[in-house]
Amino acid sequence: MSHHLPKKLRTDLNPSRLLTFKIDGRDVSAREDESILAVARQNNIAIPTLCHLDGLSERGACRLCIVEVRGVAKLLPSCVTFPRQDMEVITNSERVITYRRKILELLFTERNHVCSVCVSNNHCELQNLSVELGVTHVHYNYLYPQLAVDASHSRFSVDHNRCVLCLRCVRVCDEIEGAHTWDIMGRGITSKVITDLNQPWGTSETCTGCGKCVQVCPTGALSEKGKSVAEMIKRRQFLPYLQMMRGRQEESWQK
Amino acid sequence: MGKTLTIEPISRIEGHGMITVTLEDDGSVSDAQFHVTQFRGFEKLCEGRPYYEMPSITERICGICPVSHSLASGKACDSILGVHPPETAVLLRRLLNCGEYIQSHALSFFYLSSPDLLLGMDSDPAKRNIVGIIEAYPEIARDGIRLRKIGQQVIEIVSGKRIHPAWVVPGGVSAPLTAEHRDTMLQMIPEALAIITKTLTMFKKSLENYREEIATFANFPTLFMGMVDAEGNLEHVYGKLRIIDAKGHIIVDNVDPSDYQAHLGEAAEDWTYLKSPYYKPMGYPEGIYRVGPAARLNVCNGCGTPLADQEWAEFRSLERGPVMSSFFNHYARLIEILFSIEIMERILRDPAILSPRIRAFAQPNFLEGTGCVEAPRGTLIHHYRVDENGLMTWANLIVATGNNNLAMNRGVLQVAKRFITGSEVTEGTLNRLEAVIRAFDPCLSCSTHALGKMPLQIEFRRRNGTLIRTLQRT
Repeated sequence: MSHHLPKKLRTDLNPSRLLTFKIDGRDVSAREDESILAVARQNNIAIPTLCHLDGLSERGACRLCIVEVRGVAKLLPSCVTFPRQDMEVITNSERVITYRRKILELLFTERNHVCSVCVSNNHCELQNLSVELGVTHVHYNYLYPQLAVDASHSRFSVDHNRCVLCLRCVRVCDEIEGAHTWDIMGRGITSKVITDLNQPWGTSETCTGCGKCVQVCPTGALSEKGKSVAEMIKRRQFLPYLQMMRGRQEESWQK
Repeated sequence: MGKTLTIEPISRIEGHGMITVTLEDDGSVSDAQFHVTQFRGFEKLCEGRPYYEMPSITERICGICPVSHSLASGKACDSILGVHPPETAVLLRRLLNCGEYIQSHALSFFYLSSPDLLLGMDSDPAKRNIVGIIEAYPEIARDGIRLRKIGQQVIEIVSGKRIHPAWVVPGGVSAPLTAEHRDTMLQMIPEALAIITKTLTMFKKSLENYREEIATFANFPTLFMGMVDAEGNLEHVYGKLRIIDAKGHIIVDNVDPSDYQAHLGEAAEDWTYLKSPYYKPMGYPEGIYRVGPAARLNVCNGCGTPLADQEWAEFRSLERGPVMSSFFNHYARLIEILFSIEIMERILRDPAILSPRIRAFAQPNFLEGTGCVEAPRGTLIHHYRVDENGLMTWANLIVATGNNNLAMNRGVLQVAKRFITGSEVTEGTLNRLEAVIRAFDPCLSCSTHALGKMPLQIEFRRRNGTLIRTLQRT
């Protein structure tokens, strides 16, 4: 029954082995199986994230949590990078911040994000990140892909124009609900989240209609029908509780 | 050899337009046209979007009258859902509309047209703008700015945002009104009433000075269309359409806006991006009709509020039958501001205004819906079709200014014929050509930056199109 728990990225790491390293010059200690992101957050060091969500497995999809590691030429995503003894991590260098901004700008160019008419306006993680990172302009050409809205489900709709491919919906459906209705097709920026075998959501046989995917979606890509512009406020509080309760059930079943 | 006179862009209007005047060899005017030179494409770009985004999408058509678009769109969505918004939602929507009328009419009168009216049509173009008004008539400028601010504040208090609020939603509105906010708005009413009363008195006294303009600013018989309530009184949001002829006889009444296509046809010309609606039974272009402030006062039996009713009676006594000159739109605008202030007070004193029951919920029950309101510039119709999932498949918008297209064209020709004589075309004449357009207060786009500062260019061309010379106003 272990599939209820977030999948471990690495099985070769020993959770009982402790190590010390540096984040932004501060000495921190960590377990060997804790990501740099997790350790940073334990120590109140802010690293922006988009695809990460507490309670779900890590995906490393958005790359917004990139950090610099001394001695390593490339930037590393802190959510899927594990500390080593005496590693020196820098989370807020000019280089890191510039790249984060570029990543956000590229996200905006890939789809058609129009905040003013979006159900999630003012309650959107992508929008908040742009404010936080000071993205006021996009320096790349927009791609303006032609993407349709799927409103075939009786209660929810998916607007691919606003999807950032964080795959939270795919993970929550698989790891928490256990339905695995959502998946991904295509490659690179032509990827697209799909329901079942790339069919209208309303015809999906596996979807339980629980709505977890809608609640964890960071943007207005997944929304409840009937919500008007700026009215879609996502509730994610359920996730850690649900995970904890299901984990407890598993423990009791195992006994 | 004939010539063409081009005025581009037309200044102090909302949006971008151009006037061309074709001159005969002897310098007399043979034709004149008003072109709308920009293309927006909203009807097309909303296809595939969920119906509930339409109020916000269509609001982006305009920065001055977004409220009208959101109301028309909200009503079209109501009919797609098949619901009646609760009483309080209807009151709140009407209240929002009052704020819009006050600010939009104040913008048109004080910011855009008062330079012509107060400084004179032939005055120095460098000063003929709101800044010139501030210098010459500081008190009037202050009043205008204050009145527009009151309108904008009402919009902000009611809907949370001055421009492009996302508050009108399918089935009602998204947030109720608090008692505190109601009281704040009630406190603004005496000042607003004082300003508009003063302005009306001043304007009525000055009418004598504009005899030429009154006689030529689209002063010809046409049909008029506007919305009236069940008693036939002036109504801006929830009413039925009425069309009268040039003698004032009602030719159709009590038209449900969803039947608009039975009465209105839409023609398109290849020289302008603005379509030309016409009254269908009379055909194109004979079915010319006008909408807007003066048209509304022409079609209604009265205003239904005490102060505005007095002014309305005086307005209608200007002529026997409907008031024909579009110049009087300025006058009608002031009366409508007064009417909106009175309606606003009436709505705010209604105890139902504070109820939290402000929204009806439903899934789309109909595949087609029409919403209609009177925008400050005239009748505004939103007509949508959706698929069974509520995604837009088709939209048709008849925007207020479009209704007046035929009349604006004919008005430009009338002014050109009266004021252009011989080869000399004075600056004042050019300004009058623009001013007749301004009298309609056309909203050609979502532009809020047309402040008479744009360079005016006149091109003289031979009939075969070759340029003779160009004049530039700087």
